[in-house]
Amino acid sequence: MNAREGGRKVVHRSVIALFAIFASFPFAWMLITTFKKTNDLLDPNSFPFWYPKGATLENLRVLFEETLFVRWVGNTLFVGVVVVIITLLLAVPAGYALARLSGRFGEQLGIGIFLTYLVPPTILFIPLAKVVAMLHLQDSLWSLVLVYPSFTIPFCTWLMMGFFKAIPKDIEEAAMVDGLSRLAAFTKVILPMSVAGILTVIIFTFTLVMQEFVYGLTFINSGRNFTVSVGVPSFLVRGDVYFWGSLMGACFIASVPIAILYNFFVDRFIAGFTVGAVKG
Amino acid sequence: MRVADSENALARFLIAPALIYIGAVIGVPFVLSLWFAVSDVTVSSTAGHFVGLSNFRLALEDPSFSRALRNTFLFAIASQLVVIVLATVLAVALQKDFRGKWVVRLLILLPWVAPVSLGSIGWLWILDSIYSVINYGMDHWLHMCGPEPGKTPCPVWLGQPALAMSSIIIVQVWRTLPLATVINLGGLTSIPQDIHDAAQIDGAGFFRTLFQITLPLVLPILLVAVLFGFVFAFTDMIVVWVLTRGGPYDMTQVLASLAFFKGIDGGDLAGASAIALFLFPVLAAAAILLLRLARRSEVV
Repeated sequence: MNAREGGRKVVHRSVIALFAIFASFPFAWMLITTFKKTNDLLDPNSFPFWYPKGATLENLRVLFEETLFVRWVGNTLFVGVVVVIITLLLAVPAGYALARLSGRFGEQLGIGIFLTYLVPPTILFIPLAKVVAMLHLQDSLWSLVLVYPSFTIPFCTWLMMGFFKAIPKDIEEAAMVDGLSRLAAFTKVILPMSVAGILTVIIFTFTLVMQEFVYGLTFINSGRNFTVSVGVPSFLVRGDVYFWGSLMGACFIASVPIAILYNFFVDRFIAGFTVGAVKG
Repeated sequence: MRVADSENALARFLIAPALIYIGAVIGVPFVLSLWFAVSDVTVSSTAGHFVGLSNFRLALEDPSFSRALRNTFLFAIASQLVVIVLATVLAVALQKDFRGKWVVRLLILLPWVAPVSLGSIGWLWILDSIYSVINYGMDHWLHMCGPEPGKTPCPVWLGQPALAMSSIIIVQVWRTLPLATVINLGGLTSIPQDIHDAAQIDGAGFFRTLFQITLPLVLPILLVAVLFGFVFAFTDMIVVWVLTRGGPYDMTQVLASLAFFKGIDGGDLAGASAIALFLFPVLAAAAILLLRLARRSEVV
Protein backbone atom coordinates (compact mmCIF):
# COMPACT_ATOMS: atom_id res chain seq x y z
CA MET A 1 0.00 0.00 0.00
CA ASN A 2 1.46 3.35 -0.95
CA ALA A 3 1.22 6.56 1.03
CA ARG A 4 -1.52 7.97 -1.13
CA GLU A 5 -3.77 4.98 -0.62
CA GLY A 6 -3.04 5.02 3.11
CA GLY A 7 -3.96 8.70 3.26
CA ARG A 8 -7.19 8.00 1.47
CA LYS A 9 -7.98 5.31 4.02
CA VAL A 10 -7.39 7.71 6.91
CA VAL A 11 -9.69 10.29 5.30
CA HIS A 12 -12.37 7.63 4.72
CA ARG A 13 -12.20 6.39 8.32
CA SER A 14 -12.32 9.92 9.73
CA VAL A 15 -15.35 10.88 7.64
CA ILE A 16 -17.20 7.76 8.80
CA ALA A 17 -16.18 8.35 12.44
CA LEU A 18 -17.28 12.01 12.37
CA PHE A 19 -20.71 11.12 11.04
CA ALA A 20 -21.15 8.23 13.45
CA ILE A 21 -20.31 10.53 16.37
CA PHE A 22 -22.64 13.29 15.14
CA ALA A 23 -25.51 10.81 14.78
CA SER A 24 -25.06 8.91 18.00
CA PHE A 25 -23.66 11.49 20.41
CA PRO A 26 -27.06 12.56 21.83
CA PHE A 27 -27.81 8.94 22.69
CA ALA A 28 -24.40 8.35 24.26
CA TRP A 29 -24.97 11.53 26.18
CA MET A 30 -28.35 10.27 27.42
CA LEU A 31 -26.71 7.07 28.62
CA ILE A 32 -23.92 8.90 30.48
CA THR A 33 -26.35 11.37 32.07
CA THR A 34 -28.70 8.62 33.28
CA PHE A 35 -26.23 7.46 35.93
CA LYS A 36 -25.06 10.87 37.16
CA LYS A 37 -25.65 12.12 40.66
CA THR A 38 -27.57 15.37 40.90
CA ASN A 39 -24.73 17.32 42.53
CA ASP A 40 -22.49 16.14 39.68
CA LEU A 41 -25.04 17.14 37.01
CA LEU A 42 -25.50 20.58 38.50
CA ASP A 43 -21.82 21.43 38.71
CA PRO A 44 -20.78 23.09 35.45
CA ASN A 45 -17.11 22.50 36.23
CA SER A 46 -17.45 18.76 36.85
CA PHE A 47 -15.93 16.63 34.06
CA PRO A 48 -19.04 15.70 32.03
CA PHE A 49 -17.90 12.51 30.29
CA TRP A 50 -17.37 10.41 33.38
CA TYR A 51 -18.52 10.16 36.99
CA PRO A 52 -16.11 12.18 39.18
CA LYS A 53 -18.57 11.98 42.07
CA GLY A 54 -19.56 8.35 41.51
CA ALA A 55 -22.40 6.80 39.51
CA THR A 56 -25.92 6.19 40.78
CA LEU A 57 -29.05 4.21 39.92
CA GLU A 58 -31.25 6.72 41.76
CA ASN A 59 -32.44 8.39 38.54
CA LEU A 60 -33.68 5.10 37.15
CA ARG A 61 -35.38 4.28 40.46
CA VAL A 62 -37.19 7.64 40.34
CA LEU A 63 -38.12 7.03 36.69
CA PHE A 64 -39.64 3.61 37.32
CA GLU A 65 -41.14 4.16 40.76
CA GLU A 66 -42.13 7.82 40.99
CA THR A 67 -43.15 8.71 37.45
CA LEU A 68 -45.75 7.33 35.08
CA PHE A 69 -43.04 6.09 32.69
CA VAL A 70 -44.00 2.41 32.95
CA ARG A 71 -47.62 3.32 32.30
CA TRP A 72 -46.65 5.35 29.23
CA VAL A 73 -44.72 2.40 27.88
CA GLY A 74 -47.81 0.24 28.49
CA ASN A 75 -50.05 2.79 26.73
CA THR A 76 -47.70 2.86 23.76
CA LEU A 77 -47.69 -0.95 23.55
CA PHE A 78 -51.48 -1.04 23.73
CA VAL A 79 -51.98 1.56 20.99
CA GLY A 80 -49.21 -0.07 18.95
CA VAL A 81 -50.77 -3.55 19.09
CA VAL A 82 -54.28 -2.38 18.17
CA VAL A 83 -53.00 -0.15 15.35
CA VAL A 84 -50.88 -3.03 14.02
CA ILE A 85 -53.98 -5.25 13.90
CA ILE A 86 -56.06 -2.60 12.09
CA THR A 87 -53.23 -1.88 9.68
CA LEU A 88 -52.66 -5.55 8.83
CA LEU A 89 -56.38 -6.18 8.29
CA LEU A 90 -56.72 -3.24 5.89
CA ALA A 91 -53.32 -2.81 4.25
CA VAL A 92 -52.43 -6.42 3.40
CA PRO A 93 -55.55 -7.14 1.29
CA ALA A 94 -55.37 -3.69 -0.32
CA GLY A 95 -51.70 -4.21 -1.16
CA TYR A 96 -52.50 -7.57 -2.75
CA ALA A 97 -55.36 -6.19 -4.81
CA LEU A 98 -53.21 -3.30 -6.04
CA ALA A 99 -50.36 -5.64 -6.93
CA ARG A 100 -52.38 -8.26 -8.78
CA LEU A 101 -55.93 -7.41 -9.66
CA SER A 102 -56.34 -3.87 -10.81
CA GLY A 103 -53.86 -3.19 -13.62
CA ARG A 104 -52.97 0.33 -14.72
CA PHE A 105 -55.70 1.98 -12.66
CA GLY A 106 -54.46 0.16 -9.56
CA GLU A 107 -50.98 1.47 -10.15
CA GLN A 108 -52.22 5.05 -10.10
CA LEU A 109 -54.40 4.35 -7.10
CA GLY A 110 -51.33 2.92 -5.37
CA ILE A 111 -49.37 6.10 -6.02
CA GLY A 112 -52.34 8.11 -4.76
CA ILE A 113 -52.46 6.10 -1.55
CA PHE A 114 -48.73 6.50 -1.08
CA LEU A 115 -49.01 10.28 -1.50
CA THR A 116 -51.48 10.50 1.38
CA TYR A 117 -48.54 9.43 3.54
CA LEU A 118 -47.19 12.90 2.79
CA VAL A 119 -50.22 14.65 4.32
CA PRO A 120 -48.80 15.73 7.66
CA PRO A 121 -50.49 15.62 11.07
CA THR A 122 -49.91 19.35 11.32
CA ILE A 123 -52.58 20.01 8.64
CA LEU A 124 -55.13 17.60 10.10
CA PHE A 125 -54.73 17.86 13.87
CA ILE A 126 -57.01 20.88 14.29
CA PRO A 127 -60.13 19.45 12.60
CA LEU A 128 -59.35 16.02 14.07
CA ALA A 129 -59.30 17.54 17.55
CA LYS A 130 -62.88 18.65 16.95
CA VAL A 131 -63.87 15.26 15.50
CA VAL A 132 -62.33 13.47 18.47
CA ALA A 133 -64.24 15.77 20.83
CA MET A 134 -67.52 15.10 19.04
CA LEU A 135 -66.93 11.34 19.35
CA HIS A 136 -66.21 11.81 23.08
CA LEU A 137 -62.78 10.28 22.66
CA GLN A 138 -60.83 13.18 24.17
CA ASP A 139 -58.13 12.08 26.54
CA SER A 140 -58.69 8.45 25.54
CA LEU A 141 -56.14 6.14 23.96
CA TRP A 142 -58.88 5.11 21.51
CA SER A 143 -58.56 8.50 19.82
CA LEU A 144 -55.00 7.54 18.91
CA VAL A 145 -56.10 4.05 17.84
CA LEU A 146 -58.63 5.69 15.53
CA VAL A 147 -56.28 8.23 13.96
CA TYR A 148 -52.89 6.48 13.72
CA PRO A 149 -53.96 4.13 10.91
CA SER A 150 -54.27 7.28 8.75
CA PHE A 151 -50.50 7.21 8.29
CA THR A 152 -49.74 3.52 8.87
CA ILE A 153 -52.22 2.19 6.26
CA PRO A 154 -50.90 4.21 3.29
CA PHE A 155 -47.29 3.34 3.93
CA CYS A 156 -47.94 -0.33 4.67
CA THR A 157 -50.28 -0.77 1.68
CA TRP A 158 -47.49 0.55 -0.51
CA LEU A 159 -44.95 -1.71 1.16
CA MET A 160 -47.12 -4.83 0.79
CA MET A 161 -47.89 -3.96 -2.83
CA GLY A 162 -44.18 -4.01 -3.62
CA PHE A 163 -43.79 -7.21 -1.65
CA PHE A 164 -46.60 -9.05 -3.47
CA LYS A 165 -45.37 -7.84 -6.85
CA ALA A 166 -42.08 -9.60 -6.16
CA ILE A 167 -43.84 -12.97 -5.78
CA PRO A 168 -44.15 -14.75 -9.17
CA LYS A 169 -47.69 -14.88 -10.54
CA ASP A 170 -47.28 -18.56 -11.52
CA ILE A 171 -47.63 -19.56 -7.89
CA GLU A 172 -51.26 -18.44 -7.58
CA GLU A 173 -52.02 -19.53 -11.11
CA ALA A 174 -50.85 -23.03 -10.28
CA ALA A 175 -52.96 -23.00 -7.12
CA MET A 176 -55.98 -21.79 -9.08
CA VAL A 177 -55.51 -24.49 -11.73
CA ASP A 178 -55.60 -26.92 -8.81
CA GLY A 179 -59.10 -25.64 -8.05
CA LEU A 180 -58.59 -22.89 -5.47
CA SER A 181 -60.45 -19.63 -5.94
CA ARG A 182 -58.41 -16.41 -6.22
CA LEU A 183 -59.27 -15.49 -2.65
CA ALA A 184 -58.32 -18.92 -1.36
CA ALA A 185 -55.07 -18.81 -3.35
CA PHE A 186 -54.31 -15.48 -1.65
CA THR A 187 -55.11 -16.61 1.89
CA LYS A 188 -53.82 -20.18 1.72
CA VAL A 189 -50.83 -19.90 -0.60
CA ILE A 190 -49.61 -16.33 -0.83
CA LEU A 191 -50.12 -15.16 2.77
CA PRO A 192 -48.05 -17.96 4.32
CA MET A 193 -45.25 -17.00 1.91
CA SER A 194 -45.43 -13.38 3.00
CA VAL A 195 -44.39 -13.69 6.63
CA ALA A 196 -41.32 -11.52 6.04
CA GLY A 197 -43.41 -8.75 4.49
CA ILE A 198 -45.98 -8.90 7.27
CA LEU A 199 -43.25 -8.78 9.89
CA THR A 200 -41.85 -5.68 8.17
CA VAL A 201 -45.27 -4.04 8.28
CA ILE A 202 -45.54 -4.84 12.00
CA ILE A 203 -42.15 -3.30 12.80
CA PHE A 204 -42.80 -0.15 10.76
CA THR A 205 -46.28 0.37 12.12
CA PHE A 206 -44.90 0.04 15.59
CA THR A 207 -42.09 2.53 15.06
CA LEU A 208 -44.46 5.01 13.43
CA VAL A 209 -46.78 4.73 16.43
CA MET A 210 -43.89 5.19 18.86
CA GLN A 211 -42.64 8.27 17.02
CA GLU A 212 -45.97 10.05 16.66
CA PHE A 213 -46.10 13.21 18.70
CA VAL A 214 -48.52 15.83 17.38
CA TYR A 215 -51.77 13.85 17.69
CA GLY A 216 -50.76 12.50 21.09
CA LEU A 217 -50.07 16.00 22.35
CA THR A 218 -53.33 17.31 20.90
CA PHE A 219 -55.84 14.64 21.94
CA ILE A 220 -54.51 13.53 25.33
CA ASN A 221 -54.65 15.83 28.35
CA SER A 222 -54.00 13.79 31.46
CA GLY A 223 -50.63 12.37 32.41
CA ARG A 224 -51.90 8.82 32.86
CA ASN A 225 -52.95 8.50 29.23
CA PHE A 226 -49.84 9.73 27.43
CA THR A 227 -47.72 7.62 25.15
CA VAL A 228 -43.96 7.58 25.69
CA SER A 229 -43.06 10.11 23.02
CA VAL A 230 -45.44 12.71 24.49
CA GLY A 231 -45.31 11.84 28.19
CA VAL A 232 -41.55 12.05 28.56
CA PRO A 233 -41.05 15.55 27.09
CA SER A 234 -44.16 17.07 28.66
CA PHE A 235 -44.41 15.40 32.06
CA LEU A 236 -40.87 14.74 33.24
CA VAL A 237 -40.35 18.48 33.28
CA ARG A 238 -42.20 19.79 36.34
CA GLY A 239 -42.57 23.51 36.11
CA ASP A 240 -39.10 24.70 35.30
CA VAL A 241 -37.38 21.81 37.02
CA TYR A 242 -35.78 19.31 34.68
CA PHE A 243 -35.02 15.90 36.14
CA TRP A 244 -32.23 15.43 33.67
CA GLY A 245 -31.03 12.06 34.94
CA SER A 246 -34.46 10.40 34.79
CA LEU A 247 -35.37 12.27 31.62
CA MET A 248 -32.28 11.06 29.77
CA GLY A 249 -32.81 7.51 31.05
CA ALA A 250 -36.37 7.56 29.75
CA CYS A 251 -35.28 8.86 26.34
CA PHE A 252 -32.57 6.23 26.02
CA ILE A 253 -34.76 3.31 27.09
CA ALA A 254 -37.60 4.35 24.80
CA SER A 255 -35.51 4.90 21.68
CA VAL A 256 -32.51 2.61 21.40
CA PRO A 257 -34.01 -0.93 21.66
CA ILE A 258 -36.61 -0.31 18.94
CA ALA A 259 -33.90 1.27 16.78
CA ILE A 260 -31.80 -1.90 16.98
CA LEU A 261 -34.81 -4.03 16.02
CA TYR A 262 -35.65 -1.68 13.16
CA ASN A 263 -32.13 -1.92 11.82
CA PHE A 264 -32.77 -5.50 10.67
CA PHE A 265 -35.63 -4.37 8.45
CA VAL A 266 -34.32 -1.13 7.09
CA ASP A 267 -33.43 -2.43 3.63
CA ARG A 268 -37.08 -3.19 2.90
CA PHE A 269 -37.99 0.27 4.11
CA ILE A 270 -35.55 1.84 1.67
CA ALA A 271 -36.82 -0.35 -1.14
CA GLY A 272 -40.27 1.01 -0.34
CA PHE A 273 -39.04 4.55 -0.81
CA THR A 274 -36.75 4.19 -3.82
CA VAL A 275 -37.95 1.36 -6.06
CA GLY A 276 -41.51 2.14 -5.08
CA ALA A 277 -41.36 5.89 -5.29
CA VAL A 278 -39.19 6.05 -8.39
CA LYS A 279 -40.47 3.24 -10.54
CA GLY A 280 -44.07 3.55 -9.37
CA MET B 1 -65.16 -12.63 -19.03
CA ARG B 2 -66.93 -13.95 -15.93
CA VAL B 3 -63.58 -14.61 -14.29
CA ALA B 4 -62.41 -11.05 -14.97
CA ASP B 5 -65.67 -9.66 -13.53
CA SER B 6 -65.35 -11.64 -10.33
CA GLU B 7 -61.70 -10.59 -10.05
CA ASN B 8 -62.74 -6.95 -10.34
CA ALA B 9 -65.32 -7.41 -7.63
CA LEU B 10 -62.74 -9.10 -5.43
CA ALA B 11 -60.27 -6.27 -6.05
CA ARG B 12 -62.87 -3.74 -4.95
CA PHE B 13 -63.74 -5.81 -1.92
CA LEU B 14 -60.08 -5.98 -0.88
CA ILE B 15 -59.24 -2.32 -1.49
CA ALA B 16 -62.44 -0.67 -0.26
CA PRO B 17 -61.86 -0.96 3.52
CA ALA B 18 -58.45 0.72 3.30
CA LEU B 19 -59.77 3.46 0.99
CA ILE B 20 -62.80 4.14 3.19
CA TYR B 21 -60.65 4.35 6.30
CA ILE B 22 -58.17 6.72 4.68
CA GLY B 23 -61.02 8.82 3.31
CA ALA B 24 -62.62 9.04 6.74
CA VAL B 25 -59.50 9.99 8.70
CA ILE B 26 -57.70 12.07 6.08
CA GLY B 27 -60.32 13.27 3.60
CA VAL B 28 -63.01 14.31 6.07
CA PRO B 29 -60.72 16.31 8.38
CA PHE B 30 -59.11 17.94 5.36
CA VAL B 31 -62.49 19.18 4.11
CA LEU B 32 -63.34 20.23 7.67
CA SER B 33 -60.14 22.26 7.89
CA LEU B 34 -61.18 24.12 4.70
CA TRP B 35 -64.48 24.97 6.38
CA PHE B 36 -62.81 25.94 9.68
CA ALA B 37 -60.52 28.33 7.86
CA VAL B 38 -63.45 30.39 6.58
CA SER B 39 -65.49 30.19 9.79
CA ASP B 40 -65.25 31.36 13.39
CA VAL B 41 -65.18 27.93 15.08
CA THR B 42 -63.55 27.70 18.50
CA VAL B 43 -62.87 24.75 20.77
CA SER B 44 -66.04 25.36 22.79
CA SER B 45 -68.49 26.38 20.05
CA THR B 46 -70.64 23.69 18.46
CA ALA B 47 -71.14 25.30 15.07
CA GLY B 48 -69.39 28.22 13.43
CA HIS B 49 -70.48 30.95 11.08
CA PHE B 50 -69.09 31.71 7.67
CA VAL B 51 -66.73 34.67 7.95
CA GLY B 52 -65.15 34.69 4.49
CA LEU B 53 -61.44 35.22 4.20
CA SER B 54 -61.06 37.23 7.37
CA ASN B 55 -58.99 34.51 9.11
CA PHE B 56 -56.49 34.63 6.28
CA ARG B 57 -56.45 38.43 6.35
CA LEU B 58 -55.86 38.42 10.11
CA ALA B 59 -53.05 35.89 9.70
CA LEU B 60 -51.36 37.92 6.98
CA GLU B 61 -51.55 41.08 9.08
CA ASP B 62 -50.03 39.37 12.11
CA PRO B 63 -46.26 39.95 12.33
CA SER B 64 -45.76 36.64 14.15
CA PHE B 65 -47.34 34.89 11.16
CA SER B 66 -45.00 36.43 8.62
CA ARG B 67 -42.05 35.59 10.82
CA ALA B 68 -43.28 31.99 11.14
CA LEU B 69 -43.72 31.79 7.36
CA ARG B 70 -40.15 33.01 6.83
CA ASN B 71 -38.82 30.67 9.51
CA THR B 72 -40.63 27.68 7.96
CA PHE B 73 -38.96 28.23 4.60
CA LEU B 74 -35.61 28.95 6.20
CA PHE B 75 -35.87 25.86 8.39
CA ALA B 76 -36.89 23.53 5.54
CA ILE B 77 -34.59 24.88 2.83
CA ALA B 78 -31.47 25.38 4.95
CA SER B 79 -31.75 22.00 6.64
CA GLN B 80 -32.29 20.16 3.35
CA LEU B 81 -29.44 21.99 1.58
CA VAL B 82 -27.09 20.79 4.31
CA VAL B 83 -28.64 17.33 4.16
CA ILE B 84 -28.04 17.02 0.39
CA VAL B 85 -24.32 17.70 0.82
CA LEU B 86 -23.81 15.60 3.94
CA ALA B 87 -25.95 12.69 2.73
CA THR B 88 -23.98 12.51 -0.50
CA VAL B 89 -20.63 12.53 1.30
CA LEU B 90 -21.81 9.95 3.80
CA ALA B 91 -23.43 7.67 1.21
CA VAL B 92 -20.26 7.67 -0.92
CA ALA B 93 -18.24 6.86 2.21
CA LEU B 94 -20.60 4.06 3.22
CA GLN B 95 -20.56 2.49 -0.22
CA LYS B 96 -17.14 0.97 0.43
CA ASP B 97 -17.02 -2.14 2.54
CA PHE B 98 -15.15 -1.92 5.81
CA ARG B 99 -15.08 -3.76 9.11
CA GLY B 100 -17.80 -2.83 11.54
CA LYS B 101 -19.99 -1.35 8.80
CA TRP B 102 -23.20 -2.65 10.36
CA VAL B 103 -22.43 -0.93 13.68
CA VAL B 104 -21.79 2.34 11.87
CA ARG B 105 -25.03 1.92 9.96
CA LEU B 106 -26.94 1.31 13.18
CA LEU B 107 -25.42 4.40 14.81
CA ILE B 108 -26.15 6.56 11.79
CA LEU B 109 -29.77 5.37 11.62
CA LEU B 110 -30.47 6.04 15.31
CA PRO B 111 -31.68 9.65 14.91
CA TRP B 112 -34.22 8.59 12.29
CA VAL B 113 -35.65 5.62 14.15
CA ALA B 114 -35.74 7.02 17.67
CA PRO B 115 -38.84 9.11 18.43
CA VAL B 116 -37.99 12.66 17.36
CA SER B 117 -39.39 14.18 20.52
CA LEU B 118 -37.02 12.07 22.63
CA GLY B 119 -33.97 12.65 20.45
CA SER B 120 -34.68 16.37 20.59
CA ILE B 121 -34.66 16.23 24.40
CA GLY B 122 -31.16 14.82 24.18
CA TRP B 123 -30.26 17.97 22.24
CA LEU B 124 -32.11 20.15 24.74
CA TRP B 125 -29.69 18.89 27.38
CA ILE B 126 -26.67 19.24 25.09
CA LEU B 127 -27.69 22.84 24.35
CA ASP B 128 -28.65 23.73 27.94
CA SER B 129 -28.00 27.35 28.93
CA ILE B 130 -25.75 26.48 31.92
CA TYR B 131 -24.78 22.82 31.71
CA SER B 132 -24.25 22.55 27.96
CA VAL B 133 -21.51 20.04 27.20
CA ILE B 134 -20.52 22.16 24.20
CA ASN B 135 -19.95 25.12 26.48
CA TYR B 136 -17.93 22.89 28.82
CA GLY B 137 -15.63 22.08 25.91
CA MET B 138 -15.39 25.71 24.82
CA ASP B 139 -14.57 26.74 28.40
CA HIS B 140 -12.23 24.02 29.67
CA TRP B 141 -10.50 22.84 26.49
CA LEU B 142 -10.61 25.74 24.03
CA HIS B 143 -10.65 28.54 26.64
CA MET B 144 -12.94 30.56 24.38
CA CYS B 145 -15.54 31.50 26.95
CA GLY B 146 -16.65 30.93 30.52
CA PRO B 147 -19.08 31.97 33.20
CA GLU B 148 -16.46 33.71 35.37
CA PRO B 149 -16.23 37.53 35.25
CA GLY B 150 -13.61 38.75 32.80
CA LYS B 151 -14.21 35.91 30.33
CA THR B 152 -16.42 36.15 27.24
CA PRO B 153 -19.80 34.68 28.23
CA CYS B 154 -20.59 31.35 26.58
CA PRO B 155 -23.35 31.25 23.95
CA VAL B 156 -26.90 30.63 25.17
CA TRP B 157 -27.74 28.26 22.31
CA LEU B 158 -31.51 28.33 22.58
CA GLY B 159 -31.87 31.81 24.08
CA GLN B 160 -30.57 34.03 21.29
CA PRO B 161 -32.77 34.19 18.17
CA ALA B 162 -30.15 33.54 15.49
CA LEU B 163 -28.40 30.84 17.52
CA ALA B 164 -31.71 29.23 18.42
CA MET B 165 -32.78 29.09 14.77
CA SER B 166 -29.40 27.59 13.79
CA SER B 167 -29.68 25.02 16.58
CA ILE B 168 -33.13 23.99 15.40
CA ILE B 169 -31.87 23.63 11.84
CA ILE B 170 -28.91 21.50 12.96
CA VAL B 171 -31.18 19.20 14.96
CA GLN B 172 -33.43 18.83 11.90
CA VAL B 173 -30.37 17.99 9.79
CA TRP B 174 -29.37 15.43 12.41
CA ARG B 175 -32.78 13.88 12.28
CA THR B 176 -33.35 13.73 8.48
CA LEU B 177 -29.80 12.88 7.43
CA PRO B 178 -30.21 9.10 7.95
CA LEU B 179 -33.21 8.83 5.61
CA ALA B 180 -31.55 10.80 2.83
CA THR B 181 -28.33 8.83 3.28
CA VAL B 182 -29.89 5.39 3.02
CA ILE B 183 -32.07 6.39 0.07
CA ASN B 184 -28.96 7.80 -1.59
CA LEU B 185 -27.01 4.66 -0.81
CA GLY B 186 -29.76 2.60 -2.45
CA GLY B 187 -29.30 4.73 -5.57
CA LEU B 188 -25.52 4.42 -5.52
CA THR B 189 -25.52 0.64 -5.22
CA SER B 190 -27.96 0.34 -8.12
CA ILE B 191 -25.39 1.81 -10.53
CA PRO B 192 -23.91 -1.11 -12.49
CA GLN B 193 -20.25 -1.81 -11.75
CA ASP B 194 -19.47 -1.74 -15.52
CA ILE B 195 -19.93 2.01 -15.55
CA HIS B 196 -17.38 2.51 -12.78
CA ASP B 197 -14.99 0.07 -14.50
CA ALA B 198 -15.35 1.87 -17.82
CA ALA B 199 -14.67 5.21 -16.16
CA GLN B 200 -11.57 3.81 -14.47
CA ILE B 201 -10.23 2.36 -17.72
CA ASP B 202 -10.72 5.74 -19.36
CA GLY B 203 -8.60 7.23 -16.60
CA ALA B 204 -11.22 9.19 -14.65
CA GLY B 205 -10.15 9.91 -11.06
CA PHE B 206 -12.28 9.70 -7.93
CA PHE B 207 -13.75 13.21 -8.07
CA ARG B 208 -14.25 13.21 -11.82
CA THR B 209 -16.15 9.90 -11.57
CA LEU B 210 -18.16 11.27 -8.68
CA PHE B 211 -19.25 14.53 -10.27
CA GLN B 212 -19.58 13.51 -13.89
CA ILE B 213 -20.87 9.95 -13.61
CA THR B 214 -22.11 8.91 -10.16
CA LEU B 215 -23.97 12.02 -9.06
CA PRO B 216 -25.87 12.61 -12.33
CA LEU B 217 -27.00 8.97 -12.23
CA VAL B 218 -28.28 9.12 -8.64
CA LEU B 219 -29.82 12.56 -9.09
CA PRO B 220 -33.45 11.34 -9.43
CA ILE B 221 -33.19 9.28 -6.26
CA LEU B 222 -31.37 12.09 -4.47
CA LEU B 223 -34.26 14.37 -5.42
CA VAL B 224 -36.79 11.91 -4.01
CA ALA B 225 -34.87 11.87 -0.73
CA VAL B 226 -34.67 15.65 -0.62
CA LEU B 227 -38.34 16.13 -1.42
CA PHE B 228 -39.36 13.81 1.40
CA GLY B 229 -36.97 15.57 3.77
CA PHE B 230 -38.33 18.93 2.64
CA VAL B 231 -41.94 17.90 3.24
CA PHE B 232 -41.11 16.48 6.66
CA ALA B 233 -39.16 19.59 7.65
CA PHE B 234 -41.68 22.02 6.20
CA THR B 235 -44.58 20.56 8.16
CA ASP B 236 -42.73 19.64 11.35
CA MET B 237 -43.27 21.22 14.74
CA ILE B 238 -41.69 18.67 17.07
CA VAL B 239 -38.13 19.97 17.08
CA VAL B 240 -39.34 23.54 17.63
CA TRP B 241 -41.82 22.49 20.32
CA VAL B 242 -39.24 20.57 22.31
CA LEU B 243 -36.28 22.93 21.93
CA THR B 244 -37.72 26.44 22.15
CA ARG B 245 -41.57 26.36 22.13
CA GLY B 246 -41.16 28.99 19.44
CA GLY B 247 -39.22 31.32 21.71
CA PRO B 248 -37.43 33.52 22.47
CA TYR B 249 -40.31 35.97 21.75
CA ASP B 250 -41.80 33.86 18.92
CA MET B 251 -38.55 34.30 17.00
CA THR B 252 -38.24 30.60 16.13
CA GLN B 253 -41.93 29.87 15.58
CA VAL B 254 -42.78 27.90 12.39
CA LEU B 255 -46.23 27.65 10.79
CA ALA B 256 -47.04 24.26 12.31
CA SER B 257 -46.05 25.23 15.83
CA LEU B 258 -47.82 28.60 15.54
CA ALA B 259 -51.00 26.79 14.47
CA PHE B 260 -50.63 24.42 17.41
CA PHE B 261 -50.23 27.15 20.00
CA LYS B 262 -53.08 29.19 18.51
CA GLY B 263 -55.51 26.32 17.93
CA ILE B 264 -54.88 23.83 20.71
CA ASP B 265 -53.45 25.98 23.50
CA GLY B 266 -55.43 29.09 22.51
CA GLY B 267 -58.66 27.40 21.35
CA ASP B 268 -58.92 29.42 18.11
CA LEU B 269 -59.55 26.52 15.73
CA ALA B 270 -60.55 28.80 12.85
CA GLY B 271 -57.45 30.99 12.97
CA ALA B 272 -55.20 27.95 13.40
CA SER B 273 -56.77 26.17 10.43
CA ALA B 274 -56.11 29.19 8.25
CA ILE B 275 -52.45 29.16 9.31
CA ALA B 276 -52.05 25.42 8.77
CA LEU B 277 -53.60 25.68 5.30
CA PHE B 278 -50.68 27.84 4.20
CA LEU B 279 -48.67 24.60 4.33
CA PHE B 280 -50.87 23.03 1.68
CA PRO B 281 -49.73 24.71 -1.58
CA VAL B 282 -46.12 23.79 -0.87
CA LEU B 283 -47.14 20.22 -0.03
CA ALA B 284 -49.15 19.92 -3.23
CA ALA B 285 -46.22 21.24 -5.26
CA ALA B 286 -43.89 18.69 -3.65
CA ALA B 287 -46.34 15.88 -4.40
CA ILE B 288 -46.62 16.93 -8.06
CA LEU B 289 -42.83 17.09 -8.34
CA LEU B 290 -42.56 13.60 -6.85
CA LEU B 291 -45.07 12.27 -9.38
CA ARG B 292 -43.21 13.90 -12.27
CA LEU B 293 -40.00 12.40 -10.99
CA ALA B 294 -41.60 8.97 -10.76
CA ARG B 295 -42.87 9.18 -14.31
CA ARG B 296 -39.60 10.44 -15.73
CA SER B 297 -37.44 7.79 -14.14
CA GLU B 298 -39.81 5.15 -15.47
CA VAL B 299 -38.87 6.31 -18.96
CA VAL B 300 -35.14 6.15 -18.16
